[in-house]
This record gives sequence, structure tokens and C-alpha cells, in this order.
Amino acid sequence: MKVKDIVDKLNLEVLGGETGLDNEITGAYTSDLLSDVMGNIQDGNLWITLQTHKNVMAVASLREASAVILVRKYQPEPDMLEKANEENIPILATEMGAFEISGKLYQLLNN
Amino acid sequence: MMKLDYKIEGGDFTNAGHASSEVKKVLKKLNVDPKITRRVVVSLYEAEVNVVAHAYRGEIFVEISTNKIIIKLVDEGPGIHNVDQAMEEGYSTASEEVRQMGFGAGMGLANINKNTDELNIYSEVNKGTTVEMITYLDKN
Repeated sequence: MKVKDIVDKLNLEVLGGETGLDNEITGAYTSDLLSDVMGNIQDGNLWITLQTHKNVMAVASLREASAVILVRKYQPEPDMLEKANEENIPILATEMGAFEISGKLYQLLNN
Repeated sequence: MMKLDYKIEGGDFTNAGHASSEVKKVLKKLNVDPKITRRVVVSLYEAEVNVVAHAYRGEIFVEISTNKIIIKLVDEGPGIHNVDQAMEEGYSTASEEVRQMGFGAGMGLANINKNTDELNIYSEVNKGTTVEMITYLDKN
């Protein structure tokens, strides 16, 4: 499944990094601790978080996340958005909380 | 042998990860095994963030040879009072501000330890810390 597929299926808003919408999704990881993500996310995973600063994109890029999903309509800081565009990693927004979006993705990606 | 050198400013979170990203590009170009590259990138990023979060300034020296990668981070800073304690997962002296960004969970050094073949830490309180990370290219 591609990032653009879950954008449609889960009605997510694309805030930046549009050039990465064709990135292939291998799974997802939900965490707000950067070292936890650094150590445990897998290549191609979606990253679900409420962190909105530029370092999120540094970690996402170094670990080759397919996209970042910001929960509860959190808005990225301008330099986070800029880096998302540079790195071709989409930032997606949802009104859902981390539990709900993770559950929906779990169902989608395991079917 | 290839040598790379980067400077880090304490407190400069906007550029944290820059050296890791540059080293990753070089290792990719050199066709280093992606699994090894990942280990190097994880440990270098954590070490970089440690300097940004705790020290005043630092420098990173990277040496890539055919059989190993040696990365040394030398910083001027408060040093580490008890290295064994700092290595424990969950132990952190990071500020509240740093924690709110999602850093400072006490997982950094544990991540480094897990992702390096050899880790040496030399620290002097009120002077600074040197972290040496060695990854073997033929052993992984």
C-alpha cells in the first residue's frame, strides 16, 4: 500500500512532502520519543506522533519512514514542513488521536 | 581511508542530525551494507543529540576504512559524573525543555551501545566527554 492510498482511505490531510505520496508503506510505529523511534521504527513505516518540530523529519529521514502522521490536528512548525518537502516525506494530519488512527491503520495494513 | 569532520554547537537542535545525514549519504555511495549503515546512523544520531543536549560544543571525526568505521565525538561540556549510570536505560539528566521535544528519555546511550561493535566513553567532569564508536564492516 502507498501513502496516497491511506490518505484516501482514512481521509487524511496532506500538509507537506507531497512528492513522497507514492512511498510504499511497510507498517507503522506510534511514539513521541525520538530515541524510541530511532531505535525501533522499520524502513518504510509510517510514524504516528504529536511532535511537531524539525527533528522529527531528521529522524524520519534517517530511518526512512514513509510518512509522518500528526494526530489531533497538531500543526507542524514551519521548519518541519520545509524539511518534509526537502526529504520527500509527507506530513499527514488527522483529527483522530493516536489510539484511534493506529487501530485503523493496523486493520488496513493487516488485511 | 576517508576522513570526515563536522562541528556541533551545544543547544542547536535545528541542525541536530546533520552529520548523521551526511555520513549516511557517504556510506550509501560507498555501497556499505544497509544494515550496517543503519546501525552507524542510529548510533551517530544519538551521539550527536547528546552533544547538542548536554555539551557546549563538539566535533565529530569519522574515519572510514575498508574494514571498519571509527567515529569519535569530542565535546567541551559538563562531562558525565557516572558513565555506568548514564548507560542505564531510562537514566537521563536532560532538561524539561529537551524532554518535551521527545528527547531525554534515557534511551540514547542504550541505542548507541546496541548499535556499535565497540563503544568507549572517556569523560572528565567540567571538561568534556569523548565518545568513540567502532563498527566493523567485515563482522556484521
